[in-house]
Amino acid sequence: MANRKSASAQLVQEHNAAGPPKDLILTLYRKMVEIREFELKARELFRSGKMPGFIHLYIGEEAVASGVIAHLKKDDYVTSTHRGHGHALAKGIPARAVMAELMGKVDGCCGGRGGTMHLYEPSVGFLGTNGVVPPGIPIAAGAALSAKLRKSGQITVCFFGDGAVNNGAFHEGLNMAATWELPVIYVCENNLYATEMPFQKATKNINVASRAAAYSIPGVQVDGNDVLAVYEKAGEAVERARRGEGPTLIECLTYRWFGHHEGDPGTSYRSKEEVEFWRKRDPIKKLREDALAARWCEIKELEKIEKEVNLSMEDAVQFALNSPEPRPDTALDKVFCQ
Amino acid sequence: MTGAKPGIEAKQDQIRASERVISYAEAGVEALREEMARDPNIFYIGQGIGPRGGNFQQSRGLWAEFGDERVRDTPIAELAETGIGIGAALAGSRPIVDIVFFDFILEASGQVIQQASTIHYISNGKFKVPLVIRSAMGGVRSSGPHHSHTFYSFFMHIPGLKVAVPSTPYDVKGLLKTAIRDEDPVLFVEHKGLYNTKGIVPEREYLIPFGEAAIRRSGGDVTLVAVSLMVSRAMEAAAILESEGTLVEVIDPRTVAPLDKETILCSVAKTGRLAIVDEAYATCGFSAEVAALVSEEALDELDAPIKRICALPAPHAFSPSLDHYLIPSTERIVSEIRLLVQG
Repeated sequence: MANRKSASAQLVQEHNAAGPPKDLILTLYRKMVEIREFELKARELFRSGKMPGFIHLYIGEEAVASGVIAHLKKDDYVTSTHRGHGHALAKGIPARAVMAELMGKVDGCCGGRGGTMHLYEPSVGFLGTNGVVPPGIPIAAGAALSAKLRKSGQITVCFFGDGAVNNGAFHEGLNMAATWELPVIYVCENNLYATEMPFQKATKNINVASRAAAYSIPGVQVDGNDVLAVYEKAGEAVERARRGEGPTLIECLTYRWFGHHEGDPGTSYRSKEEVEFWRKRDPIKKLREDALAARWCEIKELEKIEKEVNLSMEDAVQFALNSPEPRPDTALDKVFCQ
Repeated sequence: MTGAKPGIEAKQDQIRASERVISYAEAGVEALREEMARDPNIFYIGQGIGPRGGNFQQSRGLWAEFGDERVRDTPIAELAETGIGIGAALAGSRPIVDIVFFDFILEASGQVIQQASTIHYISNGKFKVPLVIRSAMGGVRSSGPHHSHTFYSFFMHIPGLKVAVPSTPYDVKGLLKTAIRDEDPVLFVEHKGLYNTKGIVPEREYLIPFGEAAIRRSGGDVTLVAVSLMVSRAMEAAAILESEGTLVEVIDPRTVAPLDKETILCSVAKTGRLAIVDEAYATCGFSAEVAALVSEEALDELDAPIKRICALPAPHAFSPSLDHYLIPSTERIVSEIRLLVQG
């Protein structure tokens, strides 16, 4: 595996004999490692009983958030899901603020009022992770409509899982986004299971990208564990949205390593072999091996990133642990603006 | 000149100088026109609100004036319309989403209750959702159970939402302008049976604050609380009862969230008797909330048990004879209040 270049790496090289820019490789690698390390730390905190609630880990799917959001500007919008820590980090909410939010602490990005499934941050255009699977789809169209009417040039990326595409909101949202040619990109993270429901049992048409035809918009399917492939396809969709040509539906085929949420072993509905197959297709390992084999960068550069990220995630954990809990007498604040 | 302070409803006798009479529907259009001209961030979406001017003429002329971009017809997709309104509000626009028949808000209820109402709070105040959902409730002309309900009180239950239920053209204009300028999500629920009713509406700008009831008629014997279409029936009943020597004070809260508790409690302190008339059901409804309020805070003031005069607990029936039986009529209000006064 280590010596075999992926199709996308070859493609990128054909366009550029020197390979993809080193900056890009290192940026994508850093982002994926950040998400992985963050999630591993969150898992540890959760298992130690220090983290309230329940969390849905993004481990295994890091290439999607990293590859797509790498194209976005700070003021572009993202809507996310219950499995949204990766999107929040990739869009630029500091790890400290996300970890503290997961702990329900005052220094969390929402002061501990939202938690894992309700992360919001206007300064980076982050319109929320969401505890309900489909509602982000029309909400993303709304943010895109606002940007279009304001002629701000902002685009919106809407992440959702395969569990959302058989829901009515998917149809209503994509239909209106397409009809109004809104600057929004719909990114389906197809990890093959909606909680425990295998995708092939949830629908007759398991090709999500093909559903774009129903709305007369482009639909593309991409290996969601190949960050350069995701980056390339997202780039085309982003350019199209910025040109004012409307939405694109991107289906990223990927897999979550663990259960639906921490505490779900994820083994009653998935075979060991299947999980093992996908763990071997680790998106971080893949980029590392491709980059080193093609000499896009040096191993010490990757190791430096790994060390730095590890330290910063350790720092995020300590920050979250040290942050105070909100005062109970603030529980009725901010129900209304006025 | 009225002499009224900005934001405060002028008394009827103070506005005689501009006795322009327009309809309830026209008052809404005027509020929208004034607000859309004032703030380019406002846009309006919904089914049939464009060239058609709205199913009830509630958007007449706006499309011609403001164009396709800001007055947008939508497909039949209440969930997406509402979600789009929320997303646009998060991104800094001031959307108005027209749901036409309020029954259909149920198609989008998750968006309203789980998304719009919570985001300001769970984002720790970082985001706001200045969204107006405009719709029309109530039974008219035997519309059957999918086009007649008065589900406004469902949304009173939810922290983070505001609910306006205007009964007059004057209130439509003043309250809709307030709703549009409000930073929180507002359900602005008009009544289909009131769109053609007429009243004095000043051409000048005025706003009516939320949470301020109007005392439609003063009286010392019974407090009668009503909103929307039921205000006119309450007034008819009060006129009949006055001829029998019973003086009814009719209070129209105008917004049920926030609710002007003070005006209701003061009136009950004066009259000692409370009736609530509501086109919605009694169970867990607006009437239950007002009754609970008075029970909790003014039980000692009551000389008789609280009387609720509400829609009877059945779906809206088609046949006029059945439907009229279910909804409180002036006659039912009169006879119930007679019992209350005797008791």
